[in-house]
Amino acid sequence: MAEKVSATTAQIEYEKQKRKEEMKQQVITFALMIIFTIIAFGMVMAEMSKLFVIPVIIVLAAVQVGFQLYYFMHMSHKGHEMPAFMFYGGVFAAFLTILALVVLVWW
Amino acid sequence: MSTMVATKKRSFGSVLWDYLTTVDHKKIAILYLVAGGLFFILGGLEALAIRWQLVKPMNDFVSAGFYNELITMHGTTMIFLAAMPLIFAFMNAVVPLQIGARDVAFPFLNSLGFWLFLFGGIMLNVGWFTGGAADAGWTAYAPLSTTSPGEGVDYYVLGLQISGAGTLMGGINFLVTIVNMRAPGMTYMRMPLFTWSAFVASALILFAFPALTVGLFLMMFDRLFGSGFFDPNMGGNAVIWQHLFWIFGHPEVYILALPAFGIFSEIFSTFSKKRLFGYSAMVFATVLIGFLGFMVWAHHMFTVGMGPAANSIFAVATMAIAVPTGIKIFNWLFTLWGGSIQLTTPMLWALGFIPTFTMGGMTGVMVAAASADYQYHDSYFVVAHFHYVIVGGVVFGLFAAAHYWWPKMFGTVLSDKLGKLTFWLFFVGFHLTFFIQHFLGLMGMPRRYWVYLEDQGLDLGNAISTAGAFLMGLGTIVLLYNIVVTQVKGEKVSGDPWDGRTLEWSIPSPPPFYNFKQLPLVRGLDPLWIEKTEGRKGMTPAEPVNDIHMPNSTILPFVMSVGLFIAGFGFIYQKDNLAWLWVLFIGMGITLGSMLIRSLKDDLGFHIHKKDLEKEAE
Amino acid sequence: MSEHDVLNPKEMPLNPEKGTLEGRNKFVGFWFFLGGETVLFASLFGTYLALNDSVNGGKTSEELFGLELVFIMTMILLTSSLTSVYAMYHMKNNAFKKMQIWLGITVVLGFSFLGLEIYEFTHYIHEYEFTLRSSAFGSAFYTLVGFHGGHVLFGLLWIVSLMIRNAKRGLNLYNAPKFYIASLYWHFIDVVWVFIFTVVYLMGVL
Repeated sequence: MAEKVSATTAQIEYEKQKRKEEMKQQVITFALMIIFTIIAFGMVMAEMSKLFVIPVIIVLAAVQVGFQLYYFMHMSHKGHEMPAFMFYGGVFAAFLTILALVVLVWW
Repeated sequence: MSTMVATKKRSFGSVLWDYLTTVDHKKIAILYLVAGGLFFILGGLEALAIRWQLVKPMNDFVSAGFYNELITMHGTTMIFLAAMPLIFAFMNAVVPLQIGARDVAFPFLNSLGFWLFLFGGIMLNVGWFTGGAADAGWTAYAPLSTTSPGEGVDYYVLGLQISGAGTLMGGINFLVTIVNMRAPGMTYMRMPLFTWSAFVASALILFAFPALTVGLFLMMFDRLFGSGFFDPNMGGNAVIWQHLFWIFGHPEVYILALPAFGIFSEIFSTFSKKRLFGYSAMVFATVLIGFLGFMVWAHHMFTVGMGPAANSIFAVATMAIAVPTGIKIFNWLFTLWGGSIQLTTPMLWALGFIPTFTMGGMTGVMVAAASADYQYHDSYFVVAHFHYVIVGGVVFGLFAAAHYWWPKMFGTVLSDKLGKLTFWLFFVGFHLTFFIQHFLGLMGMPRRYWVYLEDQGLDLGNAISTAGAFLMGLGTIVLLYNIVVTQVKGEKVSGDPWDGRTLEWSIPSPPPFYNFKQLPLVRGLDPLWIEKTEGRKGMTPAEPVNDIHMPNSTILPFVMSVGLFIAGFGFIYQKDNLAWLWVLFIGMGITLGSMLIRSLKDDLGFHIHKKDLEKEAE
Repeated sequence: MSEHDVLNPKEMPLNPEKGTLEGRNKFVGFWFFLGGETVLFASLFGTYLALNDSVNGGKTSEELFGLELVFIMTMILLTSSLTSVYAMYHMKNNAFKKMQIWLGITVVLGFSFLGLEIYEFTHYIHEYEFTLRSSAFGSAFYTLVGFHGGHVLFGLLWIVSLMIRNAKRGLNLYNAPKFYIASLYWHFIDVVWVFIFTVVYLMGVL
């Protein structure tokens, strides 16, 4: 579990290089998120059919959140197994909660 | 800075200050035990008052309004202020020792969690002195709760909010402790079952308590700030409260029951001198119960009118929980099978638990049948069912744990003779109280009514039930007497009085404040037993003697909790007079200010130096 | 590792936020906390979805919401998420000054988001007399969006106090985990907002 505290210069250089590339990916991710947002707003402003727009914007939101989690919050890195497990546990409970309040409360 | 605890007599003031500022999980365990024990006695007195009111038809021992306060506060106190903290007491005392850790992951949060619980509990009970405690039932269904006059329900809301925050912190703390701080070799599948159940229960706390937090916020806004979540006149919907409450409330049952299962697993294995039968199946069943526990909350709401489809789904899901629970029951029986059984007090509680809890489970399957539940709902049948589960499962477990881990926590062993007397009084009293209530319920006696009429076949049953309740009270008094006598005598025991199997028995009783001088090397399930069978006296260390890092004591958690306690009054009374907002601001200021201090001041802890450790060993 | 090494490490490890046991505990514990926060916001979203048509004869979401302001707010918050990624990038490279600058930009963006939200709320209250007490819809709207706003405010105060506290002494193994989890919190706020603008605003005007 413990990470190695000291690393050789070569390793550090390699990591730094990797991070730089990762940072480029982050910017691309950000651009995608902006595009998704614009699409979502655009679809609503264009007043397309409700039945079509609602599922699409929810999917766009979910994908955006995936980007946040895996790229911005580094969940794709190793050492995130337990965090991911507990976070998805929360997502599962959250899903049930929302489902119940939407489906089972009607009058 | 190395501070060795001096064993000489200290002044009361210094002991008090020590406990107010402690971040040591073993001392926090004692705080939880004492506070939870006091609330348990308070809740018990409320129960006795309820039973005394019902001892005969049309009794006038208490008024109808006061009876409502009694049943509300009895339920709330027992669940939130007695059972939860007592579970936390044993989790704090034992889990770090069982995984071979020197402390919990967040000692500061651990202390904060305790003080929040305590001040929340006090807040709940303040209502008694300000014109009536909460009186809308422990479930506080809207609109009864949102329209209840006075401040009783406000104290309920604020008190539970504060103590709930403390519980959430405790849950996260134990999760991280178990994930990050296991000793070398202590893999997940080598963890003692109590640690496993603490882990699953903590995960349930993490996912269940936020729903209660939100529910309480909505209730608070409705009562104090004029919002309309549960008010149909404003388009609100009272059923939302029921969902939020039970999304929390049902997992809460497992948060209490799973650690009790863990306690019994330890006890069966220790006193049968056998490895727990089907360890991996037990772990699997624990996790499965935790998982299924999240999908069944609506079985508390069968009669709300969710419709047959929803009722069926939740009924089937509920009955499915009987499967992993059955796995557990059979594994315990098979652990006993062929073991060399010692009938100590903890073992007696464990043996009493199996039939009692099985009966609670049986009636559980009955009430889970949605169509039949229309008959049982809100009758004494349900009261009997959940007392069989919560008392027969959880309270028996807590009594067992108290006797089992008392030597580890205090270094003395409770009298076995008095312990057995406690068991028999409580066990007989319990069945006398609640078994008959099944039939009272089936005969149509509704729950929460303060009187019943003569000659409806309810008189004798209620009188028996009351007699049983007083036997349970007597049992508790014997336990208290036992504690006092044992502590006054103060006979010290060894670190391993039960010939134990797990790591907590490999160190002295009570353990030094750093727990393990050298972290132990764990070579399998029941690590101490493995060493014993190979002829060694204790654990093989996994590291040389070295400096030990320990956290600093701090008063900040106490101050933060006091701040929230003060702010609570501001929240409540600003509805009468906006000048009370100042109290709110002052209280929040104290809390946020101490959070800022905590954030700004470095707290790096201190080291116990190698040479001090070596000196102590001489 | 002594106190001195934590505050003045001879060299920073590749992942300074996980350089000590305390740091690793914070990292794991905070992720777990975010799992709990997910349920908290889910309860609020669920309540909102159950009540968003219960306008009690008052203003409906179509009549209230304007998408221009929400779009601007969304862009601001999304950008602030990227700037805090930059801050953490520099933290891992032990470039303290750069980290502070990026965090500063994050804070400025966060405050402008909060300012716009306050403007939005006061606008609804004064122009439409739409408050917490108007209807169940009003209660649910202000509670959900207000809870998010409260998280934004808390996050800002948190990041600002970390920046000020450590301005003079730079990065070490004691404060690196603190910066890291504060940035996790900030991303989580953004995650919640993505669902707020989708579920509350976009679906509200449909």
